[in-house]
Amino acid sequence: MKLITAVIKPFKLDEVREALSAIGVQGLTVTEVKGFGRQKGHTELYRGAEYVVDFLPKVKIEAAVNDDVVERVIEAIESSARTGKIGDGKIFVSPLDQVVRIRTGETGNDAL
Amino acid sequence: MKKILAGLALAAGLLAPAAWAQDPAASAPVAAAASAPAPAADAASAPAAAAASAPAEAASAPAVVPNKGDTAWMLVSTLLVIMMTVPGLALFYGGLVRSKNMLSILMQVMVGFSLIVVLWVLYGYSLTFTEGSGASSPFLGGLDRLFLKGIWNNVTGTFENAATFSKGVAIPELVYAAFQATFAGITGCLIIGAFAERAKFAAVMAFLALWFTFAYIPIAHMVWFWPGPDAYTSAAVVEATNAKGGLLWQWGALDFAGGTVVHINAAVAGLVGAFMIGKRIGYGKEQFTPHSLTLTMVGASLLWVGWFGFNAGSALEASGSAALAFMNTFAATAAAVLAWCIGESLIKGKASMLGAASGAVAGLVAITPAAGNVGIGGGLVVGLAAGFACLWGVTGLKKMLKADDSLDVFGVHGVGGILGALLTGVFNAPQLGGPSFPVDWFTGTLTSADAYSIGAQVLVQAKAVGVTILWSGIVSLVAYKLVDMTIGLRVTEEEEREGLDISSHGETAYHK
Repeated sequence: MKLITAVIKPFKLDEVREALSAIGVQGLTVTEVKGFGRQKGHTELYRGAEYVVDFLPKVKIEAAVNDDVVERVIEAIESSARTGKIGDGKIFVSPLDQVVRIRTGETGNDAL
Repeated sequence: MKKILAGLALAAGLLAPAAWAQDPAASAPVAAAASAPAPAADAASAPAAAAASAPAEAASAPAVVPNKGDTAWMLVSTLLVIMMTVPGLALFYGGLVRSKNMLSILMQVMVGFSLIVVLWVLYGYSLTFTEGSGASSPFLGGLDRLFLKGIWNNVTGTFENAATFSKGVAIPELVYAAFQATFAGITGCLIIGAFAERAKFAAVMAFLALWFTFAYIPIAHMVWFWPGPDAYTSAAVVEATNAKGGLLWQWGALDFAGGTVVHINAAVAGLVGAFMIGKRIGYGKEQFTPHSLTLTMVGASLLWVGWFGFNAGSALEASGSAALAFMNTFAATAAAVLAWCIGESLIKGKASMLGAASGAVAGLVAITPAAGNVGIGGGLVVGLAAGFACLWGVTGLKKMLKADDSLDVFGVHGVGGILGALLTGVFNAPQLGGPSFPVDWFTGTLTSADAYSIGAQVLVQAKAVGVTILWSGIVSLVAYKLVDMTIGLRVTEEEEREGLDISSHGETAYHK
């Protein structure tokens, strides 16, 4: 099992969710986050005061998936979240030791 | 107090109401003869009721019965100015601070306003708008209306009158006292923006009480107190009656609705406060971004609407003069919004919402002393000039002053107030479209273009501005010092970082 974490542009969230649903991903956790990468922030001007905003709003999605679909999930996120412009985000893949479905107590692949 | 006796000593005029209704002086200060006949007819048609409100000293002369239209308009104007402060000013300021200090601003404005209104009823009105005695009379009123005593008679159910700017036209003095209470209240609250996000709540209240007593009251008396047109009963008393007015009024300073009394007065107190209290922790390093420009826009809009009560209400009658002030408040403000946005676009490349809201307030401030004192064209110029000048006030001037005037009280109210006061002297000129004023309140002789000297009037305006700056500056300095020595002006560093909402009031504005 793998945990796929992706940081994407907020307006791409719906497209990514649709792409993931299409390949059978059953669940997704979404968090609104801020961060910076190569995409530069912007400046805001309030009367005489100028502020540089370094942290830009992004959306972080997390999905736990079976090993055999990892490549397809990555591909789905990559293609649906891409605009080709700087700031499209990143996908992180990490091993997942255990998953438990709280209601039934199922574990491992059965809980995905 | 002579002012309240409007119409009481009016014997000569009232004997021939039709005659004085045609007199240009009846519609002073603005030449709008059309507005005069209505009150005249009213006064003439209700002689029986008029007698009811005549106090003993003038029992023989029929008193003026306030016109219900005037009274209704002034009650509405009073409500509008209350709305300017709570919620208008509170939201305008509140949106500009960080979310952790939102409630502290709302509290300081609401409670500060309430404090001053109570003080106004106790002694403020009397010391401002009654006639003083001896050498202090040009600076301070008397004690005749302490606790508003004698302003109405609870046994007979009669109400005293307050003078307007027309002979034989009065409003109930209670309405006048309420209207002026709102001015005192909002002026104190304007100061709060200068030391937002770091002042102790108790210190703010103590300062406001001191400053209201020793700066607002005398300056309002100096600029606005005069015996009223009906006190000018004969050519012989003109000089003596003039001498009863406030100092700056005697000088001939023009301030229709409070450029000096309200805006310069408050702005100087704010600037002194910003210096005395010191900069916010992290000023210049951390981001002090406004937490809700939406609320700031809502607040600025409420200010704009409320300002019609402030400016047009200052005509004290539902008259042509009020209409002139109304249109100037409308058009000059719109011009200032455009000017600020054009200025921002040219300098920074973008017009901003905060800029438009600030431009509106800048225009409103600048047109305040001019509202009923200039023509429409003059008003537009005042508005345009204010938009550009105050944009400089919150950028260039702010950098030069090096004070953390958090919400730019001086940049907007100080710069706009001074500009408006000076330009009032220019565009009041009849040759530049300004309304003509009576130069002699007995005969009602009006100023003429030939007799009007723009230079001389601007000089008088500048002197009034100078007196206000000095007076407010010195009183503020002493008042802040006193509060600092007793209560302490600032919250602790820890409290400031946590935010005043929690540390001063034990509440949070927004729950996430």
